[in-house]
Order: sequence, then structure tokens, then C-alpha cells
Amino acid sequence: MSQTADRNHRSTPVLQRMTNALARYSLVILLALTLFGAILLISGKDPVQSYKDIITHTLGSAYGFSEVVVAMIPTLITALAVAVPSRVGLINVGGEGQLYIGAAFATWGALTFPNQPAWVLLPLMILLGMLGGALWALVPGYLKAVGLVNETITTLLLNSVAPKIIGFLIFGFWHSPMDTVKTSNFVPAARLPTFFGTRINLGFVFALALLMAFWLLMKNTRWGLEMRAIWGNPEAAKRNGIPVRTYWITLMCVGGAIAGLAGMVQVSGFYGVLLLNFSMGLGFMGFLVCWLAGGNPAGILLLSFVVAIITTGGNLLQLTRGLPYAVINILLAFTLFVVLARPTFSLKGRNA
Amino acid sequence: MTLLSMLGVLSSAIFSGTSLLYVTLGEVIGQRAGIVNLGSEGVLLVSASSGFAVTVVAGNPYLGMLVAVLVGGVMNMVLGYLVIHRQANQLASGLALMFFGFGLSALIGRPYVGAKITSLPRIVLPGLAGLPRLYSSLLSFDPLMYLVIPTAVFVWWLLFRTRWGLGLRAVGENPDAAFASGRNPRLIRYQALFLGGLLSGLSAAHLSIAYTMTWNEYMTAGRGFIAVALVIFSKWHPLRAIVGALLFSGAVAFQLLLQSSGVQISPFLLDTIPYLATIIVLIVWGGTRKQSAPASLGRVYHGAE
Repeated sequence: MSQTADRNHRSTPVLQRMTNALARYSLVILLALTLFGAILLISGKDPVQSYKDIITHTLGSAYGFSEVVVAMIPTLITALAVAVPSRVGLINVGGEGQLYIGAAFATWGALTFPNQPAWVLLPLMILLGMLGGALWALVPGYLKAVGLVNETITTLLLNSVAPKIIGFLIFGFWHSPMDTVKTSNFVPAARLPTFFGTRINLGFVFALALLMAFWLLMKNTRWGLEMRAIWGNPEAAKRNGIPVRTYWITLMCVGGAIAGLAGMVQVSGFYGVLLLNFSMGLGFMGFLVCWLAGGNPAGILLLSFVVAIITTGGNLLQLTRGLPYAVINILLAFTLFVVLARPTFSLKGRNA
Repeated sequence: MTLLSMLGVLSSAIFSGTSLLYVTLGEVIGQRAGIVNLGSEGVLLVSASSGFAVTVVAGNPYLGMLVAVLVGGVMNMVLGYLVIHRQANQLASGLALMFFGFGLSALIGRPYVGAKITSLPRIVLPGLAGLPRLYSSLLSFDPLMYLVIPTAVFVWWLLFRTRWGLGLRAVGENPDAAFASGRNPRLIRYQALFLGGLLSGLSAAHLSIAYTMTWNEYMTAGRGFIAVALVIFSKWHPLRAIVGALLFSGAVAFQLLLQSSGVQISPFLLDTIPYLATIIVLIVWGGTRKQSAPASLGRVYHGAE
């Protein structure tokens, strides 16, 4: 999915490429804003004022901007969880489930060792979160590698299983004395540190580091080259002595581990507690962002940013316009629709 | 274990199985034509909310049902435009449709949260009207429930006994070959998605207008994804989907039965059964050649140039 896009990009000069992309994305956003504006108008809200509010409260103030960054963190990480396996042709639709299981493993750590200092507890929770996600992805990876079941179907089905396991754990064992839908608040040592008095947590650093590592890995290593070969033709790669199955299983697990990390970051950095159904599609959003960015690191960063502005704007519409938070999903969907429909001004030739 | 509690389990299995079967049948038709619709969840939500809203406003559940059905069809046309016309990726487009449904249904349903409606009437099974009220109330179903099995048979007939169904399946297997034999793959895929959308609309109508008689955000609780699992579980066959939907909703109802007899199994774990069962079935088939997914499922048809 990604390479085709890359190839097209490489053939055009950098400057033209950038102006093209810029023009394309501005038009996409304009079109989506118009469509959603119409919906706001129909429901009796002033679209211009709403957009003004969203912009001033997200990009217009330091705090608003920090909230956008906060919203970027899970999307960025879950998009990478899709991007890594996609480099060997695997379609990981299972970020949602892997995120949940990662969150559950990390929560187990937080609840079991509350007396450990942060420098012991946090790394432990990170490892647990990644282990959980990786284990959840091991099943689809293995089944794909031995040629039994396509990974798209298994990852998708396992998405629906994971939140139910969380429900089982919270409801049966972990719920706080006051509330059956969430655990007790984590101890301070189990919380990822935040920066500059905002809600931006260490997870953002993880996200950027992973993005960087992904880019370097693909660009400069033998692994990246071998992965490219497998993506192109697994059969040929196998004949050339590349351990295709090992790559498949490993990269699926790496993807799962990354999504699991996103789960850990959400419960430890953002909520400070494990909530029933806390994700509501974060993993799916990561899939969409990665897909639309063609697996390209810069594109993932940019799209996560746009998605984060939109979702942060949802809070604002809820507060100032009395609309349900979920309504912002319409703007999000319009943006996605317009990108997916690739109107005529888009670069041509990207194969789906 | 009393007869009454057994009947209660059966009754609730049939109730929750009905909406599940409708949406599964819709998904079967789409997938037989080669299109995976991951947006069913969103389609269900928008249909359920708009059907409910119309029922509240017009005071007529049949009108609400009609609107829900049509909205289902229209929602699927959005997916159709993206994946057929613009040749976008099916998984990504479906997920985008799901997010669209989350938002749109919240907007539509917002004014009607907690509203009271006149639901579809319940009709006691013929010949059972003489039973005590307690029993007969468990055995009275709305028209959509009586129609669900005939609908499944109808879908089977449509897919396997008509020329149109043959064409549809041919498109799902190999759109280029279907085109070569004089069929229009794009048109057929649109038709399949529209019909599937109508069935999703029926499913949603049953959920909001007949069964729960309420509207809540995210009230479909994953039924769209369960449908995807059930389609695979029933090997893309409408009649096997009946069994799948019943088994599935029966498992949930069974849990009530277990609880009443003192056995504690977490409802959360029971909810995972259909997904795990589907995966196990897939693994079992994986070793054989029995897997009967339409060959072009999920692929883009580029047309003949």
C-alpha cells in the first residue's frame, strides 16, 4: 500500500511535491469544513463562529495547542502500529484490541506493585504494555505465517474480544470500591510525567522516538531492505533466503507491542485509571491515519495533527455549542471521505 | 429450572438475534459481491436514530421503520461511492463510515434521548393466545421477528436461485470475468450494497423501534462487527447465518439461565464466544480447501480499459 505512493513521490522534484501536497490537503480540509458547516447550519449552529472558536481554542493559545498535542499521542502511536507490519505487506486492523490488552497488562503492573518507585514501576508498565500488545498480535501473526488464516480477519475479530476481557477484569477483579466501570486511580508513581504544566505526557516523546526509529529503520538498514523485498514478493524473498515467516511474526508482534504501548500511555499518562471502553476507536483512527498517509512517517505526523485538531475541537463544540461530543466525528469522517475519494486535484496513481 | 425461565431465555435470544440476523444478511449480500463493509456499525446507528426520531415525531412506528430502512440504503451508497466509484480501500472507507455514523447518529438522536414511542405491535404466536399472560407475553413477537427467517430464505433464493444472484456472486468471485460475460460489476456492487443497507436498516429499526424502544449513543454495541464475524462463521451463506445469529444471541441469553441456576460466568467472557468461535472455525478450515470467501473480496475493481 505504501510503496506505490513512495515511488510516485520520488519521481517528482521535492518542491513540486510539497506544493502539490499542500494544495491537496488545504482543498481536502476546505471541502470537509464546508460539508460539516452545512450540517452545523442545519442543526441551527453558526458554522463560522464554531470554526473560529475551534481554531482560537486549539491553535490560538498555548494551552489549546498543548491539548492538540495530547490528542495526537495515541493516534501517532497506533498509526505506527499499523505502519510497521504494513512494510512486509501485513494489514494490522487490530490496533484497537492490542491497545486494550496493552492497557490491561500495564494496569496489572500498576495495581500489583503500587509501592515501587516510579523509576521501577514505569519501565515495568511500559514493558508489560508492550508485551500485552505483542501477545495479542502473536496469534494473527502466527496464523498468517503458517498460512492458516489471513491476518486482516483475525486482527479485526480480536478487536472485539479485547474490550470484553477488559470488562471482565475490571468488573470481576479490579474495579474501585466506588465504581464498577473503572479501577481505582493509579498511584502517582504509576503516572507518566507530564511537561510544562500541560497534559502532554512522556508518551509524546515515545511517539516521536518511534517515528524516528521507524524512518531510520526503513531507510538505512538491511532489515528495511529485506522488508521491502518481502513486501514486493514474499515468494521470491523466501527463495532468496530471507526468513519471511520470521519477519511476518516478528513485525506483527512489533506492531502489537507499539499499539500496546499506546494503551499503556493512555491509561498511565492520560487517564491515570483503566476505564471500561476508554478507547472508542483510537486504534481504528490509527489505521486510517496510517493508511491515508501511505505509511509515510511525515504524512502520519501531519495527519495525526489534523485529526487531533478536529477531535480537540469536538470538546469545544460540546462545551460552547451544546452538541454531543460524538458530533465531531462527522467532521472527521468528512475529512476522511474527501481524502479517500481522492478528488481530481489529487496526485494520481495511488493504488488502493 | 422452570419452564418459564427457559422460555425467557429463548425469547430474549430470539429478540436480540433478530436484529443481528438482518444486519448479517445485509453483510452477506455485500460480501458476496466482493465488498467488506466495516461501516455497518455506523449505518446501524444512523438508521436506528433516524427511525426512532421519525417514530417520535410522526407517532407511527411503520413510518419510522421505513425511514430507518431507506437511511440504511443511503448510508451504504456513501460507501459504494468511495469503494466502487473512487476505488478507495474498503477497510479504510468502512471505518470512516463508522466514524461518520457515530457522529451523525449522535446529532440526529440527541433531541430524542429518553423519548417515549409507540413501538411495533407484538403479536402472540398463533394458537397460544389462550396461555396465561406471563407465558404469552414471552411468546409474543413483533412483525419484524416473524419476517426475519423468511427474509433469510428470500436472500438465499435471491443469491442462489436467480440470475441476478448468479451475476452478483460472479462479480464477487471475479469481476473481470463477470464483465466479460456481459454483466456490469459496478452496478451490481451498488445494488448489493443498497440491498444490504436496506437490511441493515431493518436491523436497526428492530433494535430501536421494536426491541429496546429507546435511543442511546452507541446503542448498537458492536453489532456491526459481530455481523462481520457471523458472515465468516456462516461461510457467506444466508441460511447458515440463521444458525449463527441464534447461536450467538443464544450464548448471551444462556448466561442469564446459568446465573439463575447459580453458575457464575462473566457476561463479558460469554460475549467473546462468537468472535473466538469464528477464529476457531477459520483455523479449522485453514487446513482444508473449504474456505469459501468470495475470491475478489476486498479488492478494487478497476474496470476494463
